[in-house]
Amino acid sequence: MLNVGQIEEGFVLDHIKAGKSLAIYHLLQLDKMDHTVAIIKNAKSNKMGKKDILKVECDITQLDLDVLALIDKNITVNVIKDGEIVNKKELVLPKEIKNIIQCKNPRCITSIEQELPHMFVLSDEKKEIYRCKYCEEKYNERSQAFMQW
Amino acid sequence: MRHLMSPMDFTTEELDALFDLAADIEKHPDTYAHKCDGKKLATCFYEPSTRTRLSFESAMLGLGGSVLGFSDANSSSAAKGESVSDTIRTVSCFADICAMRHPKEGAPMVAATHSRIPVINAGDGGHQHPTQTLTDLLTIRSLKGRLNNFTIGLCGDLKFGRTVHSLIEALKRYDNVKFVFISPEELRVPDYITEMLSELDIPYEEHISLEDTIDHLDLLYMTRVQRERFFNEEDYIRLKDFYILDKKKMKLAKPDMLVLHPLPRVNEISVEVDEDPRAVYFKQVQYGVYVRMALILTLLELV
Repeated sequence: MLNVGQIEEGFVLDHIKAGKSLAIYHLLQLDKMDHTVAIIKNAKSNKMGKKDILKVECDITQLDLDVLALIDKNITVNVIKDGEIVNKKELVLPKEIKNIIQCKNPRCITSIEQELPHMFVLSDEKKEIYRCKYCEEKYNERSQAFMQW
Repeated sequence: MRHLMSPMDFTTEELDALFDLAADIEKHPDTYAHKCDGKKLATCFYEPSTRTRLSFESAMLGLGGSVLGFSDANSSSAAKGESVSDTIRTVSCFADICAMRHPKEGAPMVAATHSRIPVINAGDGGHQHPTQTLTDLLTIRSLKGRLNNFTIGLCGDLKFGRTVHSLIEALKRYDNVKFVFISPEELRVPDYITEMLSELDIPYEEHISLEDTIDHLDLLYMTRVQRERFFNEEDYIRLKDFYILDKKKMKLAKPDMLVLHPLPRVNEISVEVDEDPRAVYFKQVQYGVYVRMALILTLLELV
């Protein structure tokens, strides 16, 4: 049994679909920060069979976690303060996302102007549909077209 | 400062005010002949367009203003790789208002974000063409006297036709408008539109035959099957003459049904229909100038 130490302040992201933890690591841009991070892959889970877990030691005001809802709204976010779980954060789809997903419409202006940020706006909250802010191309296949990785 | 990116940027009340102004311009053009004295319109057209560009230019000249611009990307610095945002920053120093057509969807929105002057989307790829929709609405309002309580048939390429999609979006906001979609199976209106109408409880029907449905219609909006939207030339050839509106079919229509078309027409309306008083597509072009005049005045805050 792998043993990863307790964190004093930060987040424990639990019930991540097995294999998705690295995607989340990049999505939260943890590769660009110097927080202590533990990535646990393929941990045993009664509910899911296998799951991933991510532990991040950081100031809890530093990370915007709502973006995780794009990958999976069922991820459990435990907020840790003084070594204790103080809150379980519910994930809400962000209204607007910038440079997280890439517009795949070859007719979109972002296809020729590389410096433009890729902006998507939540156009239908119920159906969880995002549309490109420029060309309104629909995006809802979450497993594809994430930027940079 | 306001821009126009989509016909939905204006509320129905704002559209009413715009159409009232356009109607007044139609009645009293002399009153407006010097409203834009000293003002300049830049027409930044990154792809060729005759009708829309000339309509904008005619509108500005009719208001006493002047025009400058380019009519294809090769004659602009875009050919040297300049970004839309840099171009509009430059154009903002030369003109008071800009009409932009671009083959890439969303380009006018990028321009609006960086512009110091109002930007009008004059067509961006297959996305939006708001001044065509305003033209269609003004034509209907002027010739039918209302924008509610009618059945409109949309015929031809309902899949790729951006003018059709924008017109449906705009008309869904008015009471008791019923839609009849007439198209070959391959060019049916996209599902997201029929889903939207169902959610709003707006009645619509889908048909393949124009003859079977033309007698119910108060308005018939014909569209061209656009060669540039097809990857396969055979499909285009098979579908391009699927509908041809002729005298025989017009005999089946109501005596006051109006025929609209965003133009250019190819074969879908026989020239013999042009003499029919119900064929209003050339009047529609004239309304296009009035509505653009009203739009320029509104965006320049000269009313």
